[in-house]
Amino acid sequence: MTEIMMHPLVGDFAENKDRARKIKDDIIVPALEKGEVVILDFQDVDSATQSFIHALISDIIRRYGAEVLDVVLFRNCNENVRKVVEIVVEYMQESDV
Amino acid sequence: MRLHLPNSAFLGNIDPFLRSIDVSDTSDLKITANRKWISVHPVVLSMIASLGAEVGPENIEPIEIEARSKHYLERMGLYRALMIPEGMDIIEHDPTGRFIPLTNVRTSDELTGFLRDLVPLLHLEADQARSIRYIISELIRNVLEHSSSENGAFICAQYYRKSNTARIGIADRGVGIRETISRSHLAPSDLSAIRLALMPGITGLTRKEGGTETNAGAGLFFIKSIAAMNRDFFLIYSGKAMYKLLRSDAKRRGNVVKGDPFRNRHSSGEDLPYWRGTVVGMDISLDRTGEFTGLLDDIRGTYIRTMKERKRRRYRRPRFI
Repeated sequence: MTEIMMHPLVGDFAENKDRARKIKDDIIVPALEKGEVVILDFQDVDSATQSFIHALISDIIRRYGAEVLDVVLFRNCNENVRKVVEIVVEYMQESDV
Repeated sequence: MRLHLPNSAFLGNIDPFLRSIDVSDTSDLKITANRKWISVHPVVLSMIASLGAEVGPENIEPIEIEARSKHYLERMGLYRALMIPEGMDIIEHDPTGRFIPLTNVRTSDELTGFLRDLVPLLHLEADQARSIRYIISELIRNVLEHSSSENGAFICAQYYRKSNTARIGIADRGVGIRETISRSHLAPSDLSAIRLALMPGITGLTRKEGGTETNAGAGLFFIKSIAAMNRDFFLIYSGKAMYKLLRSDAKRRGNVVKGDPFRNRHSSGEDLPYWRGTVVGMDISLDRTGEFTGLLDDIRGTYIRTMKERKRRRYRRPRFI
């Protein structure tokens, strides 16, 4: 299992898409390729933009299908972060993938 | 290029100012102003700064402005942004709690640093800061990712304590919305391109619903929705077109988040002086930012519904003849 503490990487406002992409490419995808469960821990992250969450997870949903959400888990999300994650996950499953 | 700063130019009455600018000759910049007093939305200053960066300080004519207004422009950082001398002794006040002086953002990391400093600068509570940070982040990232602007984005903002409102202005001199959107969609005019850019799930990077791995085509839709929910002004000006979300009646109930921006109460124009790049101005009432979480619920519903409707419209049945 790979646990990623987001706050040290992105601060209390998760908006930097370059950092999201780096987390995805350097940590999430390699962990998934090894068959590991990935936990994204948003402790102390106050809010996130849709762009950030999109850059973080849309590509892995495209690559592995929505089933990847069984092994990529979100922890300690406040209401704001949770809603943005839900929006991105929902429209990714409605989109032309 | 010629600009005249009027006595007043806020989003509600900015149209005459926009129609008056002359940006046809890009070799120099001359700015004049109302002789008595000027009071303008930050978006006006962001526009001037972006033009100034384009022509360079050596091609900016000395600004003829009365002392009182000069003081205001200095405090908002205009002379510094244009890199020209202000010609008077100014006592700089601590901007904390009142305004964000003109700032040039050129990179992703500069934006992150700017956003970090923003909240203490405006003395905002966390709830109030949430919407403002969100809006500024998405707008400037749009510039950095899509505009091909040589000088990045110029932003400034001002907080009005009496109305508890923040006014934000962002301008760039990049390729503009029509060129960006036209890479993947049919946009025969600047206004049609703005309309598409404000719809959820539309990006210039692909025709696919949901966008690409880097871009969902949702940023401007979210921001327009925040403005609609707050019942505030939102202006976008690119090429020869302008779209302005108008203030809506506070008593009006129902979902104000619309997939098609033309279904919101708005004004628009297609015969403005050609602005290469994009200008965005927004007012945001901080009394209502507590609705941010509720707003996300409305956005979610509208986003998905709009995408489904658009897919359904594209769906074709076989025609048996």
